[in-house]
Amino acid sequence: MNNNIQLGERKFIIGGFFFLVALIYICRLFYIQIVDDRYLLAAQNNALRRQTEYPVRGFIFDRNGKLLVYNEPSYDLMVIPRETKGCDTLSLCDVLQITKAEYLKRMKRACQAPNSPRKQSVFEKQMSAATYAALQEKIYRFKGFFVQKRTVRKYPRPIAAHLLGYVGEVSKEKAEKDPYYHEGDYIGITGIERSYEEALRGQKGVQIALTDVHNRTIGRYMDGRYDTLAISGKPLYCTIDMTLQEYGEKLMQGKKGAVVALEPSTGEILALISSPGYDPNLLVGGKERARNFTVLYHDSTLPLFNRALQAMYPPGSTFKLIDALIAQHDGVIGRHTSFPCARGYPPMGGKPKCHPHAPVDLVGSVAQSCNSYYSYVFREITDQKKYPKFIDGYNHWRDMVMTFGPGTHLGTDLPYDKPGNVPSVEYYNKVFGKNGWRSNTIVSLGIGQAELLLVPLQMANVVATIANKGYYYVPHCIKGVGSEKTVDPKFKQKHFVGVQNPECYTNVIDGMQLCFDGGTAYAERIPGIVACGKTGTAENPHGKSHAVFMAFAPRDNPKIVIACLVENAGWGGVWSAPVVSLMMEKYLTGKVTRQAEEKRIMAADLIHGKNLLSTEFH
Amino acid sequence: MARNSENNVFYGVDRVTVIIYILLVIMGWLNIYAAVYNEEHQSIFDTSQKYGKQLIWIGGAAVIAFIILIIDANFYTAFAYGLYAFLLLANVLVVFFGREIKGSKSWFGLGGFGIQPAEFMKFAANLALAKFLSNQNIIVNQQFRLKLRDLLQNYKNTLYALFFIMAPLLIIKILQDETGLAIVFVAFIIVLYREGLSVNFLIFGLLAALLFVVALVVTQISSVLITLGVIAFSSFLFIRRSRRNFIMVSLVYALAAGVVLGTNYVYNHLEPHQKIRIDVLLGRGTVNLKKEGYNVNQAKIAIGSGGFLGKGYLQGTQTKYDFVPEQDTDFIFCTVGEEWGFAGSTLVIMLELFLILRLIFLAERQRSDFSRIYGYGVAVVLFFHLAVNVGMTIGLMPVIGIPLPFFSYGGSSLWSFTILLFIFIKLDANRLLILR
Repeated sequence: MNNNIQLGERKFIIGGFFFLVALIYICRLFYIQIVDDRYLLAAQNNALRRQTEYPVRGFIFDRNGKLLVYNEPSYDLMVIPRETKGCDTLSLCDVLQITKAEYLKRMKRACQAPNSPRKQSVFEKQMSAATYAALQEKIYRFKGFFVQKRTVRKYPRPIAAHLLGYVGEVSKEKAEKDPYYHEGDYIGITGIERSYEEALRGQKGVQIALTDVHNRTIGRYMDGRYDTLAISGKPLYCTIDMTLQEYGEKLMQGKKGAVVALEPSTGEILALISSPGYDPNLLVGGKERARNFTVLYHDSTLPLFNRALQAMYPPGSTFKLIDALIAQHDGVIGRHTSFPCARGYPPMGGKPKCHPHAPVDLVGSVAQSCNSYYSYVFREITDQKKYPKFIDGYNHWRDMVMTFGPGTHLGTDLPYDKPGNVPSVEYYNKVFGKNGWRSNTIVSLGIGQAELLLVPLQMANVVATIANKGYYYVPHCIKGVGSEKTVDPKFKQKHFVGVQNPECYTNVIDGMQLCFDGGTAYAERIPGIVACGKTGTAENPHGKSHAVFMAFAPRDNPKIVIACLVENAGWGGVWSAPVVSLMMEKYLTGKVTRQAEEKRIMAADLIHGKNLLSTEFH
Repeated sequence: MARNSENNVFYGVDRVTVIIYILLVIMGWLNIYAAVYNEEHQSIFDTSQKYGKQLIWIGGAAVIAFIILIIDANFYTAFAYGLYAFLLLANVLVVFFGREIKGSKSWFGLGGFGIQPAEFMKFAANLALAKFLSNQNIIVNQQFRLKLRDLLQNYKNTLYALFFIMAPLLIIKILQDETGLAIVFVAFIIVLYREGLSVNFLIFGLLAALLFVVALVVTQISSVLITLGVIAFSSFLFIRRSRRNFIMVSLVYALAAGVVLGTNYVYNHLEPHQKIRIDVLLGRGTVNLKKEGYNVNQAKIAIGSGGFLGKGYLQGTQTKYDFVPEQDTDFIFCTVGEEWGFAGSTLVIMLELFLILRLIFLAERQRSDFSRIYGYGVAVVLFFHLAVNVGMTIGLMPVIGIPLPFFSYGGSSLWSFTILLFIFIKLDANRLLILR
């Protein structure tokens, strides 16, 4: 017993020993986890170099399989500042042709947040092939540096810049939020490049290389067990017709404005032109990209601005088509209804004004674009007896208009589209005071003026709806993603507008046909094709009226609709109708018979008021 | 009250121990999930994955624990030798009838699962040792006699006790070639120390290990100098015990010289991978971190990159991308270190340590020697696993494949630890009984 009591003291020795060992372990953990950051660094480098393999960005083809966008290899020089000890700085400066001061400046930038001395960052972007070759010879002397292969976009034809968009470096915010991107990665900024970024970018691969202390790759880690191959981006099949796009851009040169061509039976965008445009090849690459971007950005004609989606214009007389449809739908007018016109709208003392023309019925009113007629029509719609309160009548008109697209985002697959504007009751209450306005106050809405604003894409969509007699497909520019050519099902869905009676459409279309056959677009008839159109002259506070024209052809089984707007060009029949008519002829027949007209349009520089043909076409 | 104590299985069960046990098992399971985690199998209950299987093992462990608590405490003393003999036999038979996994025949196949009898040897050896020692009146001689006859006479019981330890050790090491499972039995020396073994054995053991290391690390001349230093130190220690002074010093001298001279011999006769593990631990020569030094280096990187609070659950990059081998079993501590940081790894060590100290406390309050000795056995086995397992991941121990108690993936190890622990919990619940 006594013996056991003595031995019982040994529990303290044993317990103490156990405690001591645990304490040593905790101290050791404290050292390697908190004091010594060597292991943290090692976790990042891991004596291995994780080299990103950038996937090839997806190609983009036009609707006929012609290449719109492809890639070219480029080389970035990357640096991990922490590993540059013993780098032959002088000779590196020599190869890159930079000064020592510039070297230090870049090194400093590579060390500061969001970069870090431990992380790789770009030192020299997109080196020339010659620089790359010279560098590759000496790379073993440049410790901490390595070359990262990437690709840049290349465009065989300098067209469709706004539609395709451009690729640029990812923003800091995006890189922080989205784990896929790292500082310095590229991402689609606008256009298709943006909206189809996920399909186009593919999947980055990682190669884990073992490197020795001399920055030389000595092999692949675990024989490449943990390497992942980069998966190329998916090809995109665009709805654009390259020939039509290029032809349209030529016609629009020297003019500010936009053209949108759709295939009404599918909603596919055949051409989307914003003028002036720019050569998309200007916005690829590193240094040059930045320089070109600055020039374009400060250009007073706003070449970077995508007018087709973002410029909100008053639709002018082209809007009368919608009025005519709604009025027929409501039964307030018929095919043979006519209203007086005294070179203007009589009840308001001849305002809005009109041009001299013979008395017209519905069909004639479309062909002749009578302002007085549509002032009557607008008030007939809003002041219907079934709406005891005027604002209900107005809201009815507004709701019907909006089913055609104005005032809403159409839901197209291009980013940053504007909704346009159909003024609300609240808006007018604010301007005129509650009950301070009647249909005569806002009668110019009926002829597409006042606060009514549409973007060219919506204008084209309105014509497509008329061509389809009552429905549209959401305009979109991609008809297939990847080799399986998948497409968002929402683009296969018919959207029905408020007017469904086919007779209403027939009457309006008759008027649109007469517009070509004996109306405001008589001069722009297309030989052998029955086209239907509507001119518009949109008054605006920025100077001369915008010339608007929208049309579809052929009348039966329409293949193409086009809306065109030329800023400050005056009457719609003179500048916009020819563009539309020539593009239709080109698309439908493959050639253009009216070469004099074509020459006249191409040559006109309405921006600077000179003849382009004398300077550019010899 | 009496009725209550008879009928209630959980009467007298030490709640603290059970709670820590449950905590450790759950934490282990969550960390196995993190270590094996992949995007395709996100459900933690997916039994096609290891974390799902571990859940089955945990359920089994609960059943086992319950059964152990039901069985009468006298069963364990009565069948101590029987179980020992049975498992010793099983460990021999497995070599002939077992299934070969990773080059060693130490598994009995049961359908899709495997059972390692060597894991269950621990509790059986502990039972047998406790039975043997508790039946002796003077348990282990604590005197240090120098006459050979006296020595043998007085250490007879010690030698018998050592037999209980060495038999499974040698069978598992030599027949099954499972170093990790075998070396655990060395820990029982501490139980012998508690029961009276002279501290000199431990001191000499530690000295020999120290000299072995020193001789490997430093040059020959330095090792001679250090040996001289050891001799001088031990001379000083024994100088006052005048009678044995000379012989003691001579013995220490011989031992030291033997170790130093024998080091190279022993080292050269180790297996290549063992040599390398020692080299890695001691930083001897040029260790290639891509090859032989890979495990330990990656383990240290994973733990070291955890920082104070870790990278967050399931956020570990080193473990998730399989930089660390065996991360769900023997290197599970890497996952803890990386994802829970210093705070989490300290917590795990503290929990395990607290459990071990708790067991010592419980062992000391036993009335019967059998229960006390068995309790110590549990504590030292757990401690040995903790020390070696965590030690190897942080570079303080050579790499020996043994699991972290209750934490590592694996049915055999979880069940064997559960049996080991719960037999003691049962004994402790009946601590008023005298068991022999």
